[in-house]
Amino acid sequence: MAVKSILLCGVGGQGILLASDIISDVLMVNNFDVKKSEVHGMSQRGGAVVSTVRFGDKVYSPITGIGDVDYILAFERLEALRNLDKLKKDGIILVNDYRINPLPVATAVMEYPDNILETIKKTVPNVVTINAFDMAKGLGNIKVMNTIMIGRLAKTIDLPKEIWLQVIKRRVPAKAIDINIKAFEKAYNL
Amino acid sequence: MKELLSGNEAIARGAYEAGLHVATAYPGTPSTEILENISKYKEIYCEWSTNEKVALEVAGGASFAGARVLTAMKHVGLNVAADPLFSLSYIGATGGFVIVSADDPGMHSSQNEQDNRQYGRSAKIPVLEPSDSQEAKDFVGIALDISEKYDTPVLLRITTRLAHSKSRVKLKDRVEVPLKEYVKDFKKRVILPANARVRHVDVEKRLRDLKEFSEHFEFNRIEEGTGDFALIASGVSYQYAKESFPDAPILKISMSYPLPENMIREFTSKYKKIYVVEENDPFIENQIKAMGIDNIHGKDTIPQIGELNQYIVKKSILNEENDEHFSVDTNIPPRPPALCPGCPHTSIFHTLHKYKYIVTGDIGCYTLGALPPLNAMDTCVDMGASITNGFGMEIALSKQNDERKVVSVIGDSTFFHSGITGLIDMIYNNAKGTVIILDNRITAMTGHQDNPGTGKTLMGDDAPIIDIEALVKSMGIKHVYKIDNYNLKETEEVIKREVERDELSVIIATRPCALLKSNPKIATYEVAPDKCIGCKLCIGLGCPAISFVDNKSIIEPTLCFGCSVCAQVCPTNAITIKGE
Ligand SMILES: Cc1ncc(C[n+]2csc(CCOP(=O)(O)OP(=O)(O)O)c2C)c(N)n1
Ligand code: SF4
Ligand code: SF4
Repeated sequence: MAVKSILLCGVGGQGILLASDIISDVLMVNNFDVKKSEVHGMSQRGGAVVSTVRFGDKVYSPITGIGDVDYILAFERLEALRNLDKLKKDGIILVNDYRINPLPVATAVMEYPDNILETIKKTVPNVVTINAFDMAKGLGNIKVMNTIMIGRLAKTIDLPKEIWLQVIKRRVPAKAIDINIKAFEKAYNL
Repeated sequence: MKELLSGNEAIARGAYEAGLHVATAYPGTPSTEILENISKYKEIYCEWSTNEKVALEVAGGASFAGARVLTAMKHVGLNVAADPLFSLSYIGATGGFVIVSADDPGMHSSQNEQDNRQYGRSAKIPVLEPSDSQEAKDFVGIALDISEKYDTPVLLRITTRLAHSKSRVKLKDRVEVPLKEYVKDFKKRVILPANARVRHVDVEKRLRDLKEFSEHFEFNRIEEGTGDFALIASGVSYQYAKESFPDAPILKISMSYPLPENMIREFTSKYKKIYVVEENDPFIENQIKAMGIDNIHGKDTIPQIGELNQYIVKKSILNEENDEHFSVDTNIPPRPPALCPGCPHTSIFHTLHKYKYIVTGDIGCYTLGALPPLNAMDTCVDMGASITNGFGMEIALSKQNDERKVVSVIGDSTFFHSGITGLIDMIYNNAKGTVIILDNRITAMTGHQDNPGTGKTLMGDDAPIIDIEALVKSMGIKHVYKIDNYNLKETEEVIKREVERDELSVIIATRPCALLKSNPKIATYEVAPDKCIGCKLCIGLGCPAISFVDNKSIIEPTLCFGCSVCAQVCPTNAITIKGE
């Protein structure tokens, strides 16, 4: 299979690196060659976080670039917009309808763009929006937002569901397994 | 069994499998996770050293006494450790000796793009460059073997992309390697001129032997192919070259110093045009050109500045653009990193900004105090330089009767790393300045590592806590004061008083990092909208929990740590603990 790539983007603290680890593991269990890359130097301090996963029969480079990503998994609206140029013309973008103000917006130096979802929908043919925050809140723990995003991606990528569940069980803390499985199912069955 | 490991995890695993005994490091992105992962293997003694020079010297001593050793650091760390590096090259290695240098093309988290392969050449030690996690793991064992066979430290040069990207690795079991008995060797290990002159001859012979090794090193390999040109590549650039031109003939260089000259001559003689694909300096390119080979292209085609990737490599060589992509016509605000809600550094920089002092800064989370909205830093050079730069400025300002005051600001880990010697210089030379030590009780910037002030070692053992106050008092500084960063009135009073004082003083700011597990959230503050006059004084703190919406400040309750500093700057007492 030719190499495909997934880009996860959002804000430090949203669980993006764990999500990309889970996705990578699932791909590996499915016998793909996998390379994952991340830039996380500043993640702790609320900076932008990007992680990419490339998979196929043989993967050389761990990074992706402009116009070359098959799936974008955006955990926050503004970060979706920032990374839109990475998407392939026939790629799919999954956007969490969620807003986190960056510092220049919080300090009223700049404005958070209006109608980001409409802008993206006008520009890109394949857009899926999801309200992972409300769904996570409904489950009683906003931390599972990342598993909800994974569940929505799993619905889009054709890989056996059991493997997703198996990897999530292995990767998340023991006491959080149940709620993460519920979160995954909820998004997978949307 | 295969596992997906980052380059850093793979190096730790490689150290374990190769029977490593001792590992040392001072944290630094992108190298930090190497030691963090090594610490999971109980067979290996490991430590956070006070700085990189210390780390290299402890490793050197352990190698003298027969242990297999590894020391890891970010690229600029090797500048700190450069002095022992050059001596240890002459002395050689008894137990296998690997030095990992994690370079940072693209400067994801560093102050420069130095190429530490140059250190390998200057210090006359071999340089290995892995191109994925599997090689990162395997090269540790290979480097230890080379080190023992050729009596030399070996530089394992990685880059951010390799350190932080994951690929598949086949794991093996650990092979125990016995430590070698210590035997005194005056001529080798006492680097007096008379001994060093003899050793230099050995070092030059060692390089010739290593060159021979490089010719037959299985990881320097030619991959046959077709096309108008051929490629030579090392490290992760090899992956970019393969991705761009999978069918082109390629010489993969894994030992970039000394190079396999005969292999290169043979390869380059077969093709009209050859591109060297490497990040940062033309290190391989220049060595090849020095062989008199002239059908070589490199930095005339592929950028020297910044990180490479497959798109840049392809675009540079084919000279073609392929950037079809979506674009939107929106002004996208940047998302810079910020000090955390409740960060103890905030009130200090708020005060320094308020009084408009000249602030010589240093490296850590607190460097973010240089950015808006705090804007409270004039300089940041290298670890420890806040103190010494501050003293230098004091000297020059006083020579021109400039009354402006200089304050040096340094973190606890940075103070231990290389602030102490600078402070001794100030004491010795009768300095009058003010030094603020931000004792947040952790090495925060690099992801919360323990340090000599935290009471824990990397191996999880209890450790004595270095008492900074007692330490600086014992040096003879008369004015040493502790402040509570969350008490803004006290913070401002003490800083102002000590800066005005015409004598050297040290202020120790004592609040721990707000992200420490041992430091739970204190309270949740809220803004009373009817009292908020929209003056933005609280916004000026840059606390990520506070936003300015419709001309009023609001606090996001889930983010607020409860430090109370915003409540203390509010002129109308609009900010109070929620529900009170
Ligand atoms: C020579 C060198 N080694 C390591 C680093 C990486 N580094 C940057 S900041 C930092 C830690 C700073 O810790 P501290 O002084 O306690 O400040 P904090 O981040 O806790 O505020 C380190 C290790 C560096 N920049 N330079
Ligand atoms: S990690 Fe700690 S020291 Fe660093 S910005 Fe956050 S609270 Fe401040
Ligand atoms: S009390 Fe104020 S300054 Fe402190 S964390 Fe909460 S909102 Fe931020």
